Amino acid sequence: MTGTFERTQTLREWLTDNEPSSRTQARFGRAYLSWRSLSRNPLAMLGLIVVVGLILVAIFADQLATQSPFIGGDLRTERLQPPSAEHWLGTDSQARDIYSRLVHGSRLTLMIVVLVTVIAMPVGLLIGTVAGYAGGWLDSVLMRITDIFLAFPRLILALAFVAALGPGIENAIIAIAITAWPPYARIARAETLTIRNSDFIAAVRLQGASTPRIIARHIMPLCLPSVIVRVTLDMAGIILTAAGLGFLGLGAQPPMPEWGAMIASGRQYIIDYWWVATMPGIAIFVVSLGFNLLGDGLRDVLDPKAAR
Amino acid sequence: MKEQAPLLEVENLNVRFHLRTGTVEAVRGVSFSLGRERLGIVGESGSGKSQTGRAILGLTPPPGEITADRLTFDGIDLLSIPRRQLRNLRGGRMTMVMQDPKYSLNPVMTIGDQMIEAYRAHKRASRKEAREKALEMLEAVQMRNPGRVFSLYPHEASGGMGQRAMIAMMLVTDPDFLIADEPTSALDVTVQQEVLRILDRLVAERGMGLIFVSHDLRLVSSFCDRVLVMYGGKVMEELASGDLESAHHPYTRGLMNCLPALEGSAHPLPTLRRDPAWTE
Amino acid sequence: MIDIRDLSVVFGSGNLRVEAVKGLSLQVAEGESFGLVGESGSGKSTVLRAICGLAPVSGGTIAIGEKPVSVPRKRDFFATVQMVFQDPYGSLHPRQTVDQILSEPLAIHRMDNRDKRIVRTLTDVGLGPTFRFRFPHQLSGGQRQRVAIARALILDPSVILLDEPTSALDASVQAEILNLLELLRKEHNLTYILVSHDLAVVAHLCDRMLVMRNGTMVEETDTEHLRAGEAKTAYTRALMKATEGFTRAEPATRTELQ
Repeated sequence: MTGTFERTQTLREWLTDNEPSSRTQARFGRAYLSWRSLSRNPLAMLGLIVVVGLILVAIFADQLATQSPFIGGDLRTERLQPPSAEHWLGTDSQARDIYSRLVHGSRLTLMIVVLVTVIAMPVGLLIGTVAGYAGGWLDSVLMRITDIFLAFPRLILALAFVAALGPGIENAIIAIAITAWPPYARIARAETLTIRNSDFIAAVRLQGASTPRIIARHIMPLCLPSVIVRVTLDMAGIILTAAGLGFLGLGAQPPMPEWGAMIASGRQYIIDYWWVATMPGIAIFVVSLGFNLLGDGLRDVLDPKAAR
Repeated sequence: MKEQAPLLEVENLNVRFHLRTGTVEAVRGVSFSLGRERLGIVGESGSGKSQTGRAILGLTPPPGEITADRLTFDGIDLLSIPRRQLRNLRGGRMTMVMQDPKYSLNPVMTIGDQMIEAYRAHKRASRKEAREKALEMLEAVQMRNPGRVFSLYPHEASGGMGQRAMIAMMLVTDPDFLIADEPTSALDVTVQQEVLRILDRLVAERGMGLIFVSHDLRLVSSFCDRVLVMYGGKVMEELASGDLESAHHPYTRGLMNCLPALEGSAHPLPTLRRDPAWTE
Repeated sequence: MIDIRDLSVVFGSGNLRVEAVKGLSLQVAEGESFGLVGESGSGKSTVLRAICGLAPVSGGTIAIGEKPVSVPRKRDFFATVQMVFQDPYGSLHPRQTVDQILSEPLAIHRMDNRDKRIVRTLTDVGLGPTFRFRFPHQLSGGQRQRVAIARALILDPSVILLDEPTSALDASVQAEILNLLELLRKEHNLTYILVSHDLAVVAHLCDRMLVMRNGTMVEETDTEHLRAGEAKTAYTRALMKATEGFTRAEPATRTELQ
């Protein structure tokens, strides 16, 4: 292919070229195809919009919030106001603007989601692939540990950890992460079992690759998609667990605008001042649904077994 | 065979798959007729040979679309009859033996129960009659111990045994017409011979029409009376199997020459040069 | 070059004990192409897997180039002995480009000049550099098998074990791959052990061969004897007959039909 011809190629042709001429082109081409099939799924796109929206709100919280999330107005006149032009979603018992608190709370939600993913996913992936590939006693030991974690309901286990570590948002995140990895380990192990005896793994072994290399470079990339899908689907649960801990007073501490804690503080006014608890509830619902829809869409794109 | 209306008539059969990426024409304008004889359809992967067989039985998977100027079985128009009637016909008067019995038999039912069910779905018969018929059929496929095979689950049967059981099951309803799609490709070569011999005898004894779909030109031409050679969804050539040596289409010749022969073959082997004009 | 004496391979124990190979011996000279023929369950593929350490050796010795193989195999063993698998759809990592697949052995063995080696090997197997950045799903079966051969070839081994390299391919593609294998053997002075169920394929590529059944050897013969019809055992004769296609036991049935 000559230089001039390449320049006249459109971006789309470059991406869908069946004969990529560089590593980058091959990688982008693959990403483009995944994106194309994801973008054909309207529900997944809706989920993606919600998730991107959450990220944007978290980034621009300072600009988007109309008032301070921590300091309320006059406690005598501005407590528990219904939604109005001034307070779009009303005010809470401390006369704080609920909309501004929700906007700032998105940062906490996003932080929980990201930190839990960063901690739980690699742990689950590593334990699952090692157990699946090694087999034997190592597999038994690792999987029994996984089973023990799986045997407890997540919130109860997280509660126990928070009780041991002390309340606070950091400890809540650690507790959730500790309870979140076992399903990923199981998925990664199941996936590993189906690929460990395949010819392409035998071929790498015959090239003299060490076990860590085989696991890290050949098995993990194949387990990653299904784990990512599971993580996105789990996000809703993670947000709810965090909210649950917040609701019980074991997660974020006042005056942090954590959505679960906001519901908890609105609980006592739920009959007369419904918006105090409802608004953060809606936020949790929308974000959870967004992650769920995105996860479902990603499964269709990333999981070769579910596709076609 | 005397002058007789053909059992199966196919004229200008087309199978298309409308996919997101565009329309794939799997079968393009295939025409042939079949009496009570053995017809082979040979081709490489993607030639449309299997899709031709499936289309005749109405087994084209969605989103496939079948069109034909004529597709009749014993005078019945297969394209216009209701689906229920087609289902009755299929498995009753026309059936199919597939490549791997492991995937075409129900794993949680014994071979015998499946045969009884197949028989009673198409014939009015008591369980006892059906059982007798099934045992008789298992004997006809030369099972040494029909009673034992009758109560086996598919996974308990070896490859050759499973395929013979499959043939027995497909023939239990006394069909007039059978499509065998690579019936022996999953079997060892020595077992292959045995299974083919059984199939051959049954087809001959019952005067059935048989379409034998395979990639193996040698096997098909030694088994069948006539051979259709397919490539890219089209019929390249129709030959009497005895005339294979005098085939004139370059594709057929290429297919024959590229097989290594035990008696010695050219080094390097002649390879097939595909001419885009063949598929136009 | 390859000296196998009294090899036996046993899987499992107790009730599940399976003797896949029983007391097999074979010698292959350098630059020779040796065939292992048999049907499924004959243990022919297990012999290959035992040589390269994918199956356990429970008895006997395996020596490559006068040296007994180590357990587990060392890295330099894999630079000498490589294998090509039967199913080109299962032997390539589905999410790696041809480039990644071929870079991996070079990275493991810390070879230099990787770009040059990859392009040269791709050209050797008749693919050319345009195939370098494709994924396996963008290739046909024959092209995939060529990539698998390139992967085996890139470390410049002297022995290549071929496990039914053409049985998953169409006849016309099989011819191309057989020609390629023959050419590569001449150009690189390779030693082959070819496993196949098809006697004709083995006879085409190999001079000497071993017929196996149920884990034991049935007979050792060579292509000349086979062509002269001098098979010693009935089993080998049955295999030979099968390569000719279908033969009717009683020709009578055919006349009855007409």
